[in-house]
Amino acid sequence: MQRIGVFICWCGSNIAATVDVERLAQLIKAEPGVVFSADYQYMCSENGQQLIKNAVKDYNLTGIVIGSCSPRMHEATFRKAAESVGLNPYMVEVANLREQCSWIHKDREEATKKALVLLRTAIAKVRLDAPLTAGESPVVKRALVIGGGIAGIQAALDIAEAGFPVDIVEKNPTIGGRMAQLDKTFPTLDCSACILTPKMVDCAQNENIDILSYSEVEDVKGFVGNFKVRIRRKARYVDETKCTGCKVCMEKCPSKKGLNEFNMNLNNRTAIYIPFAQAIPNVAVIDPTQCLKLKTGKCGVCQKFCGAGAIDYTMQDTFVEREYGAIVVATGFRPINVDAFNEYGYSDNKDVITSLELERLMNAAGPTNGVLLRPSDNTHPKVITFIQCVGSRDVSGCGKPYCSKICCMYTAKHAMLIREKYPDTEVHVFYIDVRTPGKNYDEFYRRAVEQYGVDYIKGMVGKVWNENGKLMVQGADLIENEQVVIPSDLVVLATAIEPEPSVRKIATLLTASIDTNNFLNESHPKLRPVESPTAGVYLAGVCQGPKDIPETVSQASACAAKVIGLLVKNHLKTNPCVARPDETACNGCSQCANVCAYGAITYVDKEFRIGGGKTETRRVAQVNPAVCQGCGACTVTCPSGAMDLSGFSTAQILSEVEAICRK
Amino acid sequence: MDKRETGEQILRISGTEIRKCMKCGKCSGRCPAYREMDIKPHQFVGYLIKGKTEKLLESEAIWHCLSCMACVERCPRGVAPQGVIEAVRTTVTRMQGKNGISAEDIPPIVDELIPQQLLVSAYRKYNK
Ligand SMILES: Cc1cc2nc3c(=O)[nH]c(=O)nc-3n(C[C@H](O)[C@H](O)[C@H](O)COP(=O)(O)OP(=O)(O)OC[C@H]3O[C@@H](n4cnc5c(N)ncnc54)[C@H](O)[C@@H]3O)c2cc1C
Ligand code: SF4
Ligand code: SF4
Ligand code: SF4
Ligand code: SF4
Repeated sequence: MQRIGVFICWCGSNIAATVDVERLAQLIKAEPGVVFSADYQYMCSENGQQLIKNAVKDYNLTGIVIGSCSPRMHEATFRKAAESVGLNPYMVEVANLREQCSWIHKDREEATKKALVLLRTAIAKVRLDAPLTAGESPVVKRALVIGGGIAGIQAALDIAEAGFPVDIVEKNPTIGGRMAQLDKTFPTLDCSACILTPKMVDCAQNENIDILSYSEVEDVKGFVGNFKVRIRRKARYVDETKCTGCKVCMEKCPSKKGLNEFNMNLNNRTAIYIPFAQAIPNVAVIDPTQCLKLKTGKCGVCQKFCGAGAIDYTMQDTFVEREYGAIVVATGFRPINVDAFNEYGYSDNKDVITSLELERLMNAAGPTNGVLLRPSDNTHPKVITFIQCVGSRDVSGCGKPYCSKICCMYTAKHAMLIREKYPDTEVHVFYIDVRTPGKNYDEFYRRAVEQYGVDYIKGMVGKVWNENGKLMVQGADLIENEQVVIPSDLVVLATAIEPEPSVRKIATLLTASIDTNNFLNESHPKLRPVESPTAGVYLAGVCQGPKDIPETVSQASACAAKVIGLLVKNHLKTNPCVARPDETACNGCSQCANVCAYGAITYVDKEFRIGGGKTETRRVAQVNPAVCQGCGACTVTCPSGAMDLSGFSTAQILSEVEAICRK
Repeated sequence: MDKRETGEQILRISGTEIRKCMKCGKCSGRCPAYREMDIKPHQFVGYLIKGKTEKLLESEAIWHCLSCMACVERCPRGVAPQGVIEAVRTTVTRMQGKNGISAEDIPPIVDELIPQQLLVSAYRKYNK
């Protein structure tokens, strides 16, 4: 029989004003097993804790119940107090008399009655509590960053600075991500490359950072502190250790029809290419779909001209396996396909472009060397109309229900840059709202209106058509209450962004949860915004939700801090309140593994004695205690009742229910 | 004077920076004469930006504005819608060739039946 002590907190007047704490302390003495009870003004205070510690010693308590605020608030405090006097911390239960009783009731009599029930319930649980010990698992002191955009770059730099090795796995031939494609950046209008490329170089030069470009994560095993990751290094057909980035191959390559994805397909590139001049690594790659040698066996020009002897047409994909303590996902985004919105005529008119295409058309390193020429006839557009929210805030099924967050700001940026560089250009912007929260952001947008005379029209565009080479943009001006038609030379769609689709595979491999829009879920939207619910997995940048560069970098640095906090530990304490299968009852049906959101359950074949000197081999579930979060989904799913949760066993829950129902 | 010049004149007389307007509607939200107006205070600013000068000149609202300056007081961006209304009114009056009254003409026509508000608004208008 347990020797139970019950401690009732007044919480100043928070509980005591509504619950008769003194009477409660008397009444509860009648409960079987209760050998001590007390009430006190602030149980969590130094004196309150001392009261608990003394009672544990004086009355040889084996279990205690605290009637106080929510366990979220002070369970850890009380467990620590118990532990300090030799009581197993898991022999402490908290009955929530504040949030679940005094704060929500007015009638003192009724509230006191309910408080008594809540205490009895906790006592019922303590009776069946067993001491639990947290296990330990070692930590591999290396981090993996998936995605080498600005989010991945920043996270890697910060982790490396703290002295831990980091690998960046980037699917493209170069790191840099979308930011490398941008011209100038709001809110300060500094050139994107000028602030990004030094960071890329830092990554390349940092001894702690290993960049695995043109690579993808194939498989992930393990758990926090101990991930085992298999990485595919796609065949580049160019030896990374030999290529000097001289670009002779690009000059000589006869296959020049490949679409230049870095320039949003606005021009062509050779089959062997370096995506842009500041690429890291500055190493060529051969596009096998365009290379004549690889397609037809005839050519080999690049090999002939390559002074470094770096070309190798026989190269195959290779695999590396590495271990990591923590993983940062930073897979970023892409603009959505706007073909479904035929009202804007994107697929029919070359001069209807997306904002990312405009970035390339304005970039000095872009297809037009930074001169703004419209794609159809390479002339200067004189009237440019922007349409905001294209595909965002749209539940018709063609677009995305969310606000893409960055487009109001970058549209103001585009409008301003154009008016600055080409003052004779007329610029119109159709908008639903102008959303510019952020430091110096609204001021930035107002500058577009007040200083640069950009014409903002409140309303959406319903139709764009081509009339003798002019793009007729028809929309509503809701403030003037009229329909307007603006004959334009160029139409720019501020296109919604969506997570890079390969994130789905990454999420599956990591058992990281993902929302209906494919954005990775954070553990808590307010209080744990950079952690995935899967332990050891962290989220940086647009893969978690739309955000601009300042926000991305903040999140990446926050991720790094979390990773560093994990990697400095030699061992991790594991939560002992985890699922445990009863192997004799388990029939290996896999239902538990299917519901486990954390991938904690695996199966092994085990031999069991079945009497008569015989054995049989059965497939049974195994729970990895380092990965299990103790959510209990498996316990309620198991059809044979083989799964139970330490600290929250089925027997305990039922005895609690019984205590509640008791008259 | 063509349309553009008229617009420029109205802007000059108004003495306000219309591009600062963010179309929030607070001026119209405050205006005591709003219901009587065919063109609302915020629209005076918007029309001037868009160059809809004729509409402004045809407006009935300029005769309903009380020159109470409440709109100016309330505008969060420091725009003076009343300044625009006043400028339109002045422009219309000038176009009609009735350039107002001389100072000497005033005392004889001020009597106890003249609404005080009219005098207050006249002082506000003419002491700039
Ligand atoms: C038109 C436009 C203009 C913008 N202008 C500005 C501006 O002026 N100021 C500003 O602050 N923000 C601006 N932004 C927003 C800015 O681009 C983003 O905030 C920023 O790029 C987000 O960085 P990221 O690292 O999260 O994602 P990304 O830049 O998308 O980087 C993700 C990286 O991960 C890689 N990757 C993806 N999937 C995998 C995978 N499975 N395995 C390995 N690697 C993978 C990608 O190849 C990429 O390199 C603009 C955006 C657009 C579209
Ligand atoms: S072998 Fe392929 S990549 Fe090399 S020059 Fe020929 S076509 Fe270009
Ligand atoms: S940021 Fe602006 S343009 Fe983009 S979706 Fe949101 S409201 Fe629309
Ligand atoms: S000054 Fe005229 S427009 Fe402005 S609030 Fe007064 S009456 Fe309305
Ligand atoms: S209150 Fe000022 S900013 Fe708002 S609509 Fe009127 S003039 Fe424009």
